[in-house]
Amino acid sequence: MTFSEMHEQDGTIRSCYAEVKRWIDETGIDGLHGRMDEAEAIFRRIGITFAVYGEGGDPERLIPFDLLPRVFSRLEWERLDKGIRQRAQALNAFLYDAYHRAEILRAGLIPQDLVYQNEAFRPEMIGFDPPGRVYSHIVGIDIVRTGPDQFEVLEDNCRTPSGVSYMLENREIMTRMFPGLFSKGLVTPVDDYPALLLKTLKEVAPPACKRDPVVVLLTPGSLNSAYYEHSFLADLMGIELVEPVDLFVDNDRVWMKTTTGPRAVDVIYRRIDDDYLDPLAFRPDSLLGVPGLFHAYRAGGVTLCSAPGAGLADDKAIYVYVPEMIRFYLGEEPILSNIPTWQCGTESGLAYVLEHLGELVAKEVHGSGGYGMLIGPQATSEAVAAYAARIRANPGGFIAQPTLALSTVPTLGESAVVQRHADFRPFCLVGSQMRLVAGGLTRVALTEGSLVVNSSQGGGVKDTWVLRN
Amino acid sequence: MELTVRHQTTYCYETPASQVALLLRLQPAALDGQVPRQWAVTVNDTPVQTFRPNAYGDGEAFVHLRASVEEVLIVASGRVETRDQHGVVSGFRQEGPLPVFLRQTHLTRPDAAVTAFAHSAGGTDRLSRLHALSALVRDRVGYCAGSTSTASTAAEVLAQGRGVCQDHAHLFVSAARALGIPARYVVGYLMAQAGDRALRETHAWAEAWVDGLGWIGFDATNGICVTDHYVRLCGGLDAHDAAPVRGSVLGATTIAIRADVMIGEAEPGAAQQTQQQQ
Repeated sequence: MTFSEMHEQDGTIRSCYAEVKRWIDETGIDGLHGRMDEAEAIFRRIGITFAVYGEGGDPERLIPFDLLPRVFSRLEWERLDKGIRQRAQALNAFLYDAYHRAEILRAGLIPQDLVYQNEAFRPEMIGFDPPGRVYSHIVGIDIVRTGPDQFEVLEDNCRTPSGVSYMLENREIMTRMFPGLFSKGLVTPVDDYPALLLKTLKEVAPPACKRDPVVVLLTPGSLNSAYYEHSFLADLMGIELVEPVDLFVDNDRVWMKTTTGPRAVDVIYRRIDDDYLDPLAFRPDSLLGVPGLFHAYRAGGVTLCSAPGAGLADDKAIYVYVPEMIRFYLGEEPILSNIPTWQCGTESGLAYVLEHLGELVAKEVHGSGGYGMLIGPQATSEAVAAYAARIRANPGGFIAQPTLALSTVPTLGESAVVQRHADFRPFCLVGSQMRLVAGGLTRVALTEGSLVVNSSQGGGVKDTWVLRN
Repeated sequence: MELTVRHQTTYCYETPASQVALLLRLQPAALDGQVPRQWAVTVNDTPVQTFRPNAYGDGEAFVHLRASVEEVLIVASGRVETRDQHGVVSGFRQEGPLPVFLRQTHLTRPDAAVTAFAHSAGGTDRLSRLHALSALVRDRVGYCAGSTSTASTAAEVLAQGRGVCQDHAHLFVSAARALGIPARYVVGYLMAQAGDRALRETHAWAEAWVDGLGWIGFDATNGICVTDHYVRLCGGLDAHDAAPVRGSVLGATTIAIRADVMIGEAEPGAAQQTQQQQ
């Protein structure tokens, strides 16, 4: 039974949606459509056209924006907030452990091979202490809701999760177009995110930094699908947006070329994959990157956010063990639960998955963005058979989960407000303390009945409200 | 034994390079049975001061040349006191987790033939099995200079049956890992015995882990374990990971890289003389 976030079981409006409902009724469907066109025009004018991390697709395409906000009550948020922080803390503790004594492996809670044989594990990071022992400074956690009190984590994004600019832009547009909705102060603001991000980045300045840290955002360049977000965030934080060619390493420090001569850089918020950071450390064939960057990092001359090798915690096979991590490192019970997951790499898992593939959602362990996944109940029997063959060829590369009844949120349809499935990605900041803005990115599957919220597969975005009380 | 080493690497550029970045692992660690005396590294005659331990504990330095350069000359030289440890390599200041050295790379990933080859090594315990494996590598892959490239994988080397020390070491670590034995690729210097091929370049061999003994150095090319004729520079998962010199150049095409190694037994008088000067 699908949970509609707007409605009680008897069909009445849940109290946290009262204001939204009032506004819908007041404006009317036609009115809303008119405003929607306006919103789209604004988006086009600012040029916010980019894909969410790893989704590929046309970077110039506009991701559909849905006018109707998704709402969390204060109580719901309090629980989410605790659960997200708990998870971000455990993931960082795991990363530290994995590159040091690996106590959790010694305790037999996670299979050794899953860590040491993992592509995302970076042997170069062994024994190194990143400032504050933080590996993932921005943890994006994808959460789905399946009931009034059921929030479940779909996946963790520890490398360079994107999408936060949608959180900011969606709110900005809504505030600009409907000032009346926000004038009562019902909704918690999110616009302090850039300031908090900058604060977080400064907190992890390297040992060599003895001043107010100089922070830069490192982008692969304007051809990257998330370039808009890179320049947007750099702009809001008031920091330089640089490409690898703008930086060089000398004397174990990183320098930025400026018109007035080289300027030392302390912290790099990098939106560039590990492989392309430093051709001397990682991919020798890479023309991108800053030679010596990794050496300067290990020497304590600069901090990289996120740390190389942080992607280990994103792995879908590692995901299964996050509840164990929370118990092991924090001595707490997980507040947000995992989705039951069968690992095809195990004998029993493989047998179960092959037998029930038609009912399950199967995914590639290293995949992302909704590509290469199978939604059993919505697939043809040929597609299921073909997918089974792929799993048999490389069982360790796949996991499967039950098909979840994702909650639905109100969405503007042709002639009425309709209910569509959605997920949620909040962004937890980790420096010397943890910070979490009350909000995040809500992605919604615009096609009726669809469970895939990825923008490359027909998904859209909407504003997310956390009520003040 | 006291060995004197002079290891010279030259990069030549077609047109002057505007920027050259170098990552150097040219500092032999102080280990049991290996004590560097007066070791110095220079790049175009400028001393390289700071070597910091990398993830495997090997010293690593970064040098950045920004003036226009036509040639880069890297010289590592000095004396190293060695003692025969019967193959045991110990005294590392830092030890990473062992299972990391089970990790196969693009260069070492075994195919079915390498796996079968690994399992054909007999032996009653791990140590005898590793000795057998070292001998097998030498039997199956004849030494033949120029028969492979730096991009040759362990699987290709076994299929082809010819190779150089790099290939022997790759095949050894690939097979050892396939047997569940942590193994790593090692680069260093070897003073060849009289009558052997004189060493013109760095040498490569392998280390494998044996519980109770620790790391054991196997030189499959010469069919022996490491002795006091060996100087260990650095290790890694494969030849790429353990490269003693890595370079990145901007604004030029590299036309030649030349490495020369001279190694010999120090004359006792010479050593004394230097000591007196101090």
